[in-house]
Amino acid sequence: MAPLIQTRGLTRHFGGLKAVDGVDFTLTQGEIHGLIGPNGAGKTTFVSLLSGRLPAQSGTISLNGEDITRLPAHHRARKGIAYTFQITSVFPRLSVFDNVALAVQSQGTRDLTARTRAALVRVGLDGLEEQEAQTLSYGHQRLLEVAMGLALHPRLLILDEPTQGLAASEIEGFKSLVRSLVPETTVLLIEHNMEVVMDLATRITVLTFGRVLATGTPAEIRANPHVQEAYLGA
Amino acid sequence: MKPWILHIALIAVLATAPLWLSPYHATNLARIMVLAVFAMGYNLAFGYTGLLSLGHALLLAAGMYAAGLPAQLWGWAAGPAFIAGIAGGGLIAAALGLLALRTAGVSFMIVTLMFAQAGYLTLLYFAHVTGGEDGFAVVSSGRVLLGSDLSTDTPRFLAALTIFAIGLLASLALVRSPFGRTMVAMRENEERSRMLGYNPFTVKLAALTLSGLYAGAAGAAYALLFGYVGASFATIQYSILPMLYVLMGGAGTTLGPFLGALLMFALIEAATVLTTAHQFIVGAALVVLILFAPKGILGTIRERWLRWLP
Amino acid sequence: MAFGPFLLLALMEGLVTAAILALAASGLSLVFGVMRVVNVAHGEFYMLGAVLAWAVTTMIPGPPAMAFLAAVLIAPLLVAALAAAADGLILKRLNYDPEATIVATIGLLYILQQAALSLYGPNANPVAAPFTWRIQLPWFGYSGYKLFVVLAAILVLLALWAFMTRTRAGLVMRATQVDRTTAQAFGINVDRVYMGTFALGAGLAALAGVLIVPVQQAQYLMGHDPLLLSFIVVIIGGLGSLRGTLIAALVIGLSDGVISMFFTPTLAKILATLLVAMVLVFRPQGLFGAKA
Repeated sequence: MAPLIQTRGLTRHFGGLKAVDGVDFTLTQGEIHGLIGPNGAGKTTFVSLLSGRLPAQSGTISLNGEDITRLPAHHRARKGIAYTFQITSVFPRLSVFDNVALAVQSQGTRDLTARTRAALVRVGLDGLEEQEAQTLSYGHQRLLEVAMGLALHPRLLILDEPTQGLAASEIEGFKSLVRSLVPETTVLLIEHNMEVVMDLATRITVLTFGRVLATGTPAEIRANPHVQEAYLGA
Repeated sequence: MKPWILHIALIAVLATAPLWLSPYHATNLARIMVLAVFAMGYNLAFGYTGLLSLGHALLLAAGMYAAGLPAQLWGWAAGPAFIAGIAGGGLIAAALGLLALRTAGVSFMIVTLMFAQAGYLTLLYFAHVTGGEDGFAVVSSGRVLLGSDLSTDTPRFLAALTIFAIGLLASLALVRSPFGRTMVAMRENEERSRMLGYNPFTVKLAALTLSGLYAGAAGAAYALLFGYVGASFATIQYSILPMLYVLMGGAGTTLGPFLGALLMFALIEAATVLTTAHQFIVGAALVVLILFAPKGILGTIRERWLRWLP
Repeated sequence: MAFGPFLLLALMEGLVTAAILALAASGLSLVFGVMRVVNVAHGEFYMLGAVLAWAVTTMIPGPPAMAFLAAVLIAPLLVAALAAAADGLILKRLNYDPEATIVATIGLLYILQQAALSLYGPNANPVAAPFTWRIQLPWFGYSGYKLFVVLAAILVLLALWAFMTRTRAGLVMRATQVDRTTAQAFGINVDRVYMGTFALGAGLAALAGVLIVPVQQAQYLMGHDPLLLSFIVVIIGGLGSLRGTLIAALVIGLSDGVISMFFTPTLAKILATLLVAMVLVFRPQGLFGAKA
């Protein structure tokens, strides 16, 4: 399978802090890829570099073989990289419908209402269309984030700690939602909930101190002594 | 459907105004409608897109001079002069946006203020053409539209009403369109909209240019209907005025600009009996609104009672 | 007059402008630096200083020097008190939101200007200089008072600098400027710091107004030009940087004297405003300012 995303030597420092330090990373079309690591390992910085929220200092990023390292964030979004924020960043004073419609209409305005409804149904927020986003519960705001990401019909959906704040019952629904996305959409999942990652991911990459410690299947990662020492054992 | 009925009903009521208003008040209403068009344009930038400009007087003056000067110098009739005015407002707004939209927030306010000030001073510098602070009266040949004389009461009122109605309905259609939603997204969360694939710079540039078309139309209408063009319309006061109207009526509401213009006009008219201190009323209104009712009248009504209000 | 002495005269006039400008602009810069508030009513505090100086000197009998001394002490204090009240009644309630405070200070500008017009009237009134001593140079005579203005401004700015760097109050202000939340966590009463800063900024503008009034009469619209020039100085010098502000005041004050010999004042103003706008667009940290 051709790599959807490939980074070579990707680097971003903040002053003396090496948040992302020469990361080589490959994302295969159609997989659910888990990105784990202790707090401050550089996970969010890394996906911010992928989505273009932050510019890379050195190294390259390619999408389907095309170099996108210098492309601004909105161009990358149009090319199919969708990012859902770790700290929910919906449009607080707009209705649930308008939030998702904004994502839908950036792809074109045909059948806007129907497509927006479909995205809401998919995450189970139908019936809340007219509610103001800031009045939703935290869990529902997270689902709204995901709906906005889905509505972009992305080739790559980056989910930054999507289950944080979800109830156990909601997590089950979320897992089947993510499974239903592949293989049309490739998913990159940052997640602290190990059960969710091990259950969902086909492959996992472990970051520590801005570097890749290991990459492999969940079983390989679980068995890797370095990972156990640096992370799981802690 | 409700919003469209409400807006068309307002236009219908205004159309009957000359029947129950004295000619003096009808002329004042025409003036208010023209200024409301200016404020509607300001509202598109400030109320919907979140661009707090302190330089809209430049756009008003651009429309005014772009209509008034050709009428004066080359004998253009009112129709082409009016179109030139709209284009002038839009063009200057686009140029302003290309530079000023590289900044945001407070810097944007100061940059727009400075460019407007430079424009005002430029009008003074070329006083032999522009008439400077004194301005000039537009020649009567330039105030004829389709055979009717815009300096007489009825044609003037009808022309003002037409421009107002088109402006109002166009703004209603705009803010209910997908692009209107995108404008609001800039106001609410620019970073998020970037991640949805929007380029904030181009969206804001388009919104500011639309705003400039409105300001240009208002400036041109003022010149042609009331027959006067002058640099005083480029002063900071005329940048503050639409902001005041919009804040009072309700930022981000389609009817707010008209309501604000109407109330502010009435307030000053009523206070004239008591005091000549107009500036005091303007100043106090600004402070009181920003302190106690930052959403304005219609913004508050929408929040409390009428959720469907556009 | 030959070109040399002519240039000297222009430079001396420019120095007076620079001194007044440095006082007014450092007040604006202080308020922006510490509070992140763009005070559009700053020029009106300058105007009030001048108008109050006229009021004080007409009320107090006796030699001009005594009356003027009283004005120097009283007018800035009154204006500072007014500013403190405006801070508590308006700005604080807006939570110092940058855009809302601009709208509010625009309102304040209108209110103060109208108050001056209604109470003081539209006329310009002179204030007698505290002394009439003149310096006789080989080419021309020059007002000793104008040189006094320059000297006084230097002394006040030195005092301001010492206040900001050597006293506890100055330290507290600078700490608040760097990080409001942390300052609060360390037990600094941020509300009082803000009120004090706004009062100090207004007082500096008023003092500039008092000092200029024997040279230039007091009038209710006189705040416009200093406001614009202060903006120019603060932006060119780098928003919130006091050192940059002083350098920019010197450069702009001096060049104002010289430029107006070669350009019409209107053209000079057009170029200056365009320069400021361009600086903000392309070099927001200012021309002289260290990075914020």
